[in-house]
Amino acid sequence: MKPAEYYQRNRDIHPPAHAPGYKTSVPRSPRLALLTLQQTVSEITGPTFGHADLGSLDNDLTLNFANDGMPVGERIILHGRVLDENARPVPQTLVEIWQANASGRYRHKKDVYLGALDPNFGGCGRTLTDADGYYCFRTIKPGPYPWLNYVNSWRPRHIHVSVFGASFSQRLITQLYFEGDPLIPLCPIVQTIPDADAVQRLIAPMDLNASVPMDCLAYKFNIVLRGRRSTLFENRLEGN
Amino acid sequence: MPQKLDYLIETTSQTAGPYVHIGLAPGAAGFHTFEQELGQVIAPPDVPGERIRVEGLVLDGTGAPVKDVLLEVWQADAQGIYPHPEDPRFAKVAAGFRGWGRVISDFETGLWAFDTIKPGAVPGRAGRVQAPHISLWLVSRGINIGLNTRMYFPEDGAALAADPVLNSVEQPQRRATMIATRSGPGLYRFDIHLQGAAETVFIDI
Repeated sequence: MKPAEYYQRNRDIHPPAHAPGYKTSVPRSPRLALLTLQQTVSEITGPTFGHADLGSLDNDLTLNFANDGMPVGERIILHGRVLDENARPVPQTLVEIWQANASGRYRHKKDVYLGALDPNFGGCGRTLTDADGYYCFRTIKPGPYPWLNYVNSWRPRHIHVSVFGASFSQRLITQLYFEGDPLIPLCPIVQTIPDADAVQRLIAPMDLNASVPMDCLAYKFNIVLRGRRSTLFENRLEGN
Repeated sequence: MPQKLDYLIETTSQTAGPYVHIGLAPGAAGFHTFEQELGQVIAPPDVPGERIRVEGLVLDGTGAPVKDVLLEVWQADAQGIYPHPEDPRFAKVAAGFRGWGRVISDFETGLWAFDTIKPGAVPGRAGRVQAPHISLWLVSRGINIGLNTRMYFPEDGAALAADPVLNSVEQPQRRATMIATRSGPGLYRFDIHLQGAAETVFIDI
């Protein structure tokens, strides 16, 4: 394949760096304009991963930290595809997730929430997409939890998702939410998103067809990464 | 109505939050699930090149260090070749070179550091040459979408002066925010300022 640039990122569907309702963003947001860059080989390449990087239980959060039994909570499958803006699958890309347990507690030395830690739940998983861009995890539905943005702010149930894509310019971290959660529209972090449709695209619907009878429900979350130019006409990455 | 363009829309970014380590560096969160954590070794010891260490702080708009930042590093090998099949010289990349690493700041001090080799110069657009540089991507609580910048090396005077990306920064004095300082043999310091008079140049890649 000839080298080709990725489409310009549409920043209108992303939260701005400075979103005052999410207080921590105020001191941590650049205030000057981003430098416009025409992509080079530094941006259209990125790290690659293989099955040798992963362990066999890495995508099953109900088992990958289990000590003496199953974690507590609602067992779910989380699955979907990683596609680009041209609707082409992104194969062999690393998808990593992390989350709170069913009590809304994170297994992290900095989390001091009252909710109990679960001795059988760590809260992280990772997998590679297959040739069709498909990925799948088994996990526990995370609980909501309070945080001091305002005095009574609560995070909706959510799972953090990190995706690489095929190049450093596709790198993305996001959070997925669950259909029907009343906390979604109230959340200051969700409210950083300026586009109502973009919020809806972060909400995973229940997917009964993908559930396993007598075992677990399923939620589906497709992920879209930046697309790239077709190489039908000579692109000018190296020429110009 | 004209035909409808049928592109999909990129998934919206959300902050990595304070517990990013659970997913991307669980050992730092205080537990171990995976047999191997990813991004620990950028350039194994047998990869040719000048061994270097880069350290720094990420500072917020008040001047306080950000103590829960996660950086990712992406760089070429000493010949300027990326370990990726779309680099035209990929077949000659140094064996075992990963080029990618994950770095977290210390929870108490905010200091971060990584060990690697100095990259070579990399081809740019239109036959120009890019000075040796390391691409950085940083996320943390309060950062709503990952920030990209580059780190260049202070000893590369002529190459820096000719670098097309540095030269595209309109205000010359801001270019220095992308150039590390040398603090010892093989040791570089690169502080990243999220805001303020010394705000680092962040790049819309």
